[in-house]
Amino acid sequence: MPKLPAPPMPSALQAPPPRPGDPDAKAAPVDHAVTAGHTVVDWVDERTSMSGAARWLMFRKVPKGTNWFYTLGSATMFAFLSQAVTGVFLAMYYQPDANGGAYESLRHVTNEVFLGQFVRSMHKWGASVMVVLVFLHMGRTFFWGAYKYPRELNWVIGVVLLILTMVMSFTGYLLPFDERAYWATTVGININGTGPLIGPYLSDFLLGGPEIGATTLSRFYAIHMLIVPGAIAALIGAHLYLVAKLGTTAPPWSKAEKSEELREAEA
Amino acid sequence: MPARHAKSKSPYTLDREYPGAFEGETVTRRRFMTVGGQAAGGIAAASFLLPALGFAVGPIFKGTPVRWESVGPEDMFNEDNYIPVILTLDPTIGEAGKTTVYVRKKNLAIDTDPYDKTTPYIAISTRCAHLGCPVRWVDAAERFICPCHGGVYDLLGRPVSGPPVRPLDRFYSRVNKAGEVELGPRFSVNSELRRFSPRYPGETVDGIGQYLYPSRPGAQKL
Repeated sequence: MPKLPAPPMPSALQAPPPRPGDPDAKAAPVDHAVTAGHTVVDWVDERTSMSGAARWLMFRKVPKGTNWFYTLGSATMFAFLSQAVTGVFLAMYYQPDANGGAYESLRHVTNEVFLGQFVRSMHKWGASVMVVLVFLHMGRTFFWGAYKYPRELNWVIGVVLLILTMVMSFTGYLLPFDERAYWATTVGININGTGPLIGPYLSDFLLGGPEIGATTLSRFYAIHMLIVPGAIAALIGAHLYLVAKLGTTAPPWSKAEKSEELREAEA
Repeated sequence: MPARHAKSKSPYTLDREYPGAFEGETVTRRRFMTVGGQAAGGIAAASFLLPALGFAVGPIFKGTPVRWESVGPEDMFNEDNYIPVILTLDPTIGEAGKTTVYVRKKNLAIDTDPYDKTTPYIAISTRCAHLGCPVRWVDAAERFICPCHGGVYDLLGRPVSGPPVRPLDRFYSRVNKAGEVELGPRFSVNSELRRFSPRYPGETVDGIGQYLYPSRPGAQKL
């Protein structure tokens, strides 16, 4: 049944038409707010031309059949952002002091700081979540053949991001400086040392001395919070740029639509 | 005259019709400024990158000071069994810098290896030669057993089962004038108990292994 048009509002409730030459005399406050927003965005855009880049990045064509599996990459990125934010706040309390201070500062965060245990647990469990998501994202890319031409470079960047995520997990594990951290790092550094020729030197570089000590802890802390996060952020930028530039692949089961001429020829 | 016999053109001179080039000029001013600017940038970057790199890599080449630490009077130890003592490896980090060492008086009936004639006490490091977990001396089995991956060593610290690739490390020992046993730096041994400068766990020193896994430049055997 066709829908009937809504009856007109009574004239008493209708907004009066604007007077000629006085466009926003009767504009509502919300209209002023919208106008102010437009003005600010226009001011920035006129000086940066950023709206074109934003449109290029966000309003892309995606293939037919795009589904929830395509969100695994974004999910990994949000896991990284969560790690970055919680990590910054943990760094406000953490002391990389091998002589008991590191463990004590984290005990203080866990037991005494408001929401400290929650934020620390987010960081701790989020690390595992991020590793799991990285592998799911990688598996999706692999099994759907999305690493093939012309996306090989993005696969390579992704593998470097995987390695950097592992470096984050390894260096972060030492920071509580309890028994588990100490022995797990001992084993990890010694596994790394079994590489022939350069393995022992790499172990020396990581340890900063003959044994795990104060230098090792501050070294791992600097790698964990300065070097690797910066590299990960930069590479995520490159990864996303290539995704936007090259587009996403269709799922392997979706078939290409026949062109109009081919369909006509078959008929 | 064929073209290939023509006098070859200089890449930068007037014959290429580069703007602002003089005849006979080998490097244009534009080229000079490009190379000069990049060189200046390279020098500026190297001036902070090289010191930073050296700062990070430096500890590899730093020598380890030789420390001797007294672990107890001579009559505390015997020839038949190991006595655990605590040794400080790194005095700057408290409990984490200490390790357990199993000490036994040298017994010529057991310690028949020809390489270690001078050491009066056998001091076995508890750092597993697989990946560095702490091994424990199990008296009933007369074996050192590692909790992590199942490494087992005999009375002399030689691997008898599991993944370890070489015997347990040892420490130098001596007796001071007060009659106390002192332990010194660590050293590694190969399967014949020959001494080597200390290696990380997981690194064999038999055969080609001693060259594939060089020791720290600053750590030499005594």
